[in-house]
Amino acid sequence: MSNPKSISEIQQIIIDDFEFLEDWTEKYNYIIDLGKELAPLDEQYKIDENKVKGCQSQVWLHSSLNPDGTIEFLADSDAIITKGLIAMVTKVFTNQSPADILKSELTFIEEIGLHSHLSPTRSNGLASMIKLIKIYASAYQSKLSNV
Amino acid sequence: MNKEEIRADFPILQRKVNGKPLVYLDNAASSQKPLVVIDTISNYYKHNYSNIHRGVHTLSQEGTEMYENVRKKTASFINAVSQNEIIFTKGTTDAFNLLAHSYSRSFLKKGDKVLISTMEHHANIVPWQIAAEIYGIELVECPIHTDGTLDTNAYDKLLETGINLVSITYVSNTLGTINPIKELIAKANAKNIHFIVDAAQASPHMILDVQDLGCDFLTFSAHKMLGPTGVGILWGKSELLNQMQPYQGGGDMIDKVTIAKTTYNDIPHKFEAGTPNIADVIGFGAALDYLLELGMDNIAAEEHALLTYASTQLKTIPNLKIYNESSQKAPVISFNVGEIHPYDIGVLLDQFGIAIRTGHHCTQPLMDFYSIPGTCRASFAFYNTTSEIDYFVESLIKTIAILS
Repeated sequence: MSNPKSISEIQQIIIDDFEFLEDWTEKYNYIIDLGKELAPLDEQYKIDENKVKGCQSQVWLHSSLNPDGTIEFLADSDAIITKGLIAMVTKVFTNQSPADILKSELTFIEEIGLHSHLSPTRSNGLASMIKLIKIYASAYQSKLSNV
Repeated sequence: MNKEEIRADFPILQRKVNGKPLVYLDNAASSQKPLVVIDTISNYYKHNYSNIHRGVHTLSQEGTEMYENVRKKTASFINAVSQNEIIFTKGTTDAFNLLAHSYSRSFLKKGDKVLISTMEHHANIVPWQIAAEIYGIELVECPIHTDGTLDTNAYDKLLETGINLVSITYVSNTLGTINPIKELIAKANAKNIHFIVDAAQASPHMILDVQDLGCDFLTFSAHKMLGPTGVGILWGKSELLNQMQPYQGGGDMIDKVTIAKTTYNDIPHKFEAGTPNIADVIGFGAALDYLLELGMDNIAAEEHALLTYASTQLKTIPNLKIYNESSQKAPVISFNVGEIHPYDIGVLLDQFGIAIRTGHHCTQPLMDFYSIPGTCRASFAFYNTTSEIDYFVESLIKTIAILS
């Protein structure tokens, strides 16, 4: 179901949450908690087609179209820090419309000082996952416009 | 060993990472560089640089002499019979690609078998798979035991099955296991089977003597032994290298070229097409001098002490599993803690300023053998200290607490 908050509103909430975190241990504790809270992906979705190309930590991303034209994203990872990061990314993009996803800019990761997690050497699948979300949005958009 | 003096030779060891003094425990991936190596490269570009081998002018002659001197030094470092048996490559991986193509083309035919092991680095697997597609050769895997050692009984049996070439690592990059390489070579020699030794993880830590080992080829990389990146060494017996076809064509490797046909230069130049990596080879010479001045025996003793110290401490951490617990191994400790993903440990240790490696370490078949996605790997060099190990263990305990 459509998320009442916009992509940029959710990003701002995350940025505000991080402002209260004093040092890196608090930051990572928070991310780890988010990872623990993220419901594990149903086993039926942990299939090769949903695997995001990463190197060290494995990310799965499952998407489906809601009846109202928004996209639901479900994700999981075998590493807890990666899982916390993808929990935030999923929160930002899930149940948003393809058009909104495509025109959005993902800025919160940098603003909360975690841009190193997007670097290719981290090979955690996060950058690939964000790319994939946009690709899905584009695919769903053309599917919707063809109906 | 005067640690303070030694550490002062390595400028990068003075830097901070994430606000903490760098603790560099990723030496098996690549070692840091002493100032003398950095300066040698810089000085060569400042004072001696030009292209080598063909120029009659002074700079070219100076450069050629410096470059060829390193070949001599390298030959003596591994006790090769002749400096002409030393081929400079881009690295160990490049050396294996050269062998997989040139050796296969010259000595192997369809259906011939190359024996490797489960613990090989991808550099000693993938080039052979490519060669398998081109030349129709087959790869045979020698299994290992769960303690991380080679299954030598299986090796003996496999040698009876018509193996044509053996290519096995001296030291496992992931586990630190030191294979009984001399024994393995002797058994292959007895059956007239050529033997390639991957010495990438051995060369930084021990004395290498190719005549004593009795192997036919040996490969290693400069960057793991204080030298620059982009330089590797392929040593081969000259009678074999002479029979092998070149891997790449171009400048430097030719004798006479006409559009219809080219005759090739003699070894080692036959295998060094194009302008070589002159400056970095010369830098590698300075690295060899540095290692020899410290003494490989002293380095080995120091690193073994660090390995023992770290192992003893790590073993006190609950649920920490070390892959290959033997104390007779290279200064490499691969471990996992309970169900914690190695990636998470690596990310948090980085926050403490500690560099370890996490993942599959380019040994996916070995990870499959243990059914794990990867390990955490701490690897030591003589410039590491016991207080760094204390800090590493202390930070690891904090990391585990955060992740539990």
